[in-house]
Amino acid sequence: MSEKKPVWKRVTSLYTEGFRNMPLWGRSLWLIVLIKVFIMFAVFKLVFFPNYLKTNFSNDEERSKHVIEQLTNP
Amino acid sequence: MIEQVDLSLVNWSRAQFALTAMYHWIFVPLTLGLSFMIAMMETKYVKSGNEEWKRITKFWMKLFGINFAIGVATGIILEFEFGTNWSNYSWFVGDIFGAPLAIEGIMAFFLESTFIAVMFFGWNKVSKKFHLVSTWLVAFGASLSALWILIANGWMQYPAGMHFNPDTARNEMISFLDVFLSPLAINKFLHTIFSAYTISAIFIIGVSAWFLIKKREIMFAKKSMLVAGIFGLVSSMYLVATGDGSAYNVAQHQPAKLAAMEGMYHGQERAGLVVLGVLKPGYEIGSEESPYYFKFEIPQLLSFLGYRNVDAFVPGINDLVEGNEQYQLLSADEKIMRGKVAIATLKEYKDAKESGDVLLTDSLREYFDENTPQGKEFLDEYFSYFGYGFLNDPKDIIPNVPMTFYSFHIMVGLGFYFVLFFMIILFFTWKNVIDRKKLILRLAILTMPLGFIASQAGWIVSEVGRQPWVVQDYLPTIAAVTHIDASAVQLTFFLFAALFTALLIAEVTIMIKQIKKGPNEGGQ
Repeated sequence: MSEKKPVWKRVTSLYTEGFRNMPLWGRSLWLIVLIKVFIMFAVFKLVFFPNYLKTNFSNDEERSKHVIEQLTNP
Repeated sequence: MIEQVDLSLVNWSRAQFALTAMYHWIFVPLTLGLSFMIAMMETKYVKSGNEEWKRITKFWMKLFGINFAIGVATGIILEFEFGTNWSNYSWFVGDIFGAPLAIEGIMAFFLESTFIAVMFFGWNKVSKKFHLVSTWLVAFGASLSALWILIANGWMQYPAGMHFNPDTARNEMISFLDVFLSPLAINKFLHTIFSAYTISAIFIIGVSAWFLIKKREIMFAKKSMLVAGIFGLVSSMYLVATGDGSAYNVAQHQPAKLAAMEGMYHGQERAGLVVLGVLKPGYEIGSEESPYYFKFEIPQLLSFLGYRNVDAFVPGINDLVEGNEQYQLLSADEKIMRGKVAIATLKEYKDAKESGDVLLTDSLREYFDENTPQGKEFLDEYFSYFGYGFLNDPKDIIPNVPMTFYSFHIMVGLGFYFVLFFMIILFFTWKNVIDRKKLILRLAILTMPLGFIASQAGWIVSEVGRQPWVVQDYLPTIAAVTHIDASAVQLTFFLFAALFTALLIAEVTIMIKQIKKGPNEGGQ
């Protein structure tokens, strides 16, 4: 009787074998996912979507001051 | 400063958020609903040992996988937009929004990434029961993720359980239960997920109908239809019931939205529910004419649905703008004046703090403390109208009436149609003659987009109907937006439109290809 593999090995092999045996349509999907995530995080997030308050102010006190200024000068 | 905000910036920022949210909501409903029906099918397989159910499960799991992969992370863009385009809002809502979103992120990551892997890779590698439990956990995990997002959205429609900190300009959560168990949030969650379940059931029935029309996979299609028919009927009935709950909550907390949903300008007792009507375009607030070209209404029903009393007074748009002494409704002018007092008090506090006037700072701080007598009065009578202080025209408190009215009626009409649709499908499936009812099968295919249309219309009612607010009564959209260049928002609007359209085309193309292959190719 063969010895049972440790849990971490079984979990790892679940993923590796799963990806290895994936059909073509599954691989295409993963390609789409990777391209999409790259566009979102490496292009959109970095180039077009900086966090305005985090980028322009160095601490929470300054951020508070800025927002209060915005809210109290309508 | 707010007056200097370019209105095109606000409109483009809103359009961008709406575009992202609406595309995101094309993918999410199928994930939420398909996962439950797949779990039911797999349960049937595990209980019966019938391999046909395994084949059925694997086929729908494949379509679920396609939708999940294409849709995953599309919601992240909404969070990018919060930080860039809606920075005042993001700061103002503080941890109220942050906490549910953080819980959602952790829950979604652990449940979905772990158990989805078992769902897809675990066939023949883990026990049947463990696989089944994983499938159910994916289903519950997906709906639980939606719970936290919708609680955050519910709070924006009915802010509760928080305290405004004048030092930080942030809202701080003082009662998690008040936020979590807000009747509006719970009802919103239930109504939204039942709409997702309904869309998914329509999807399975539509695809199965296609197989029956093509005379392929007859048993597979009939069994799928049976599961989807039962699930869809139950979901659509709950959808109607929670829709009633939503309308009741709107009547209690967002009367302007209710008035817009019904195109009701003149408030009245024993108000009827407009079932069908056509509004006169360009109708002016305060006009004595009827706002409809024609309408068909059920007498007294709106009073009953909104207030559980057939004699109740339902305020119209004119009552909300001009006020109504008889029913103790403040005019918009009065609310704007109170809001401006609240803003002036916050400014006075800020100036006193900056000038180092400790005595004045301490005395003004008491206005923001509900445990002091002056604080209780100020918070109830003035600060609860804080957002009105940013508005200049009383008419600004009214959302886009035609868009809200027609979206509401499309949603409700389709909601009742879905109940009837599922009944018809179940009846013929039960009688085992559904494959011979060509007209019904074609109707099932034509109904597929209607589920999405109804659900998107529902979001328009919810989000356009609550304008001008992002946080009801506390923060109007115009004050929530970041002062950035409108052209940057326009550019990203079109980039998102291109990306999401490409994703949607990819999803539809891959799905159609896999559907045409049929269940024999499924699951691997």
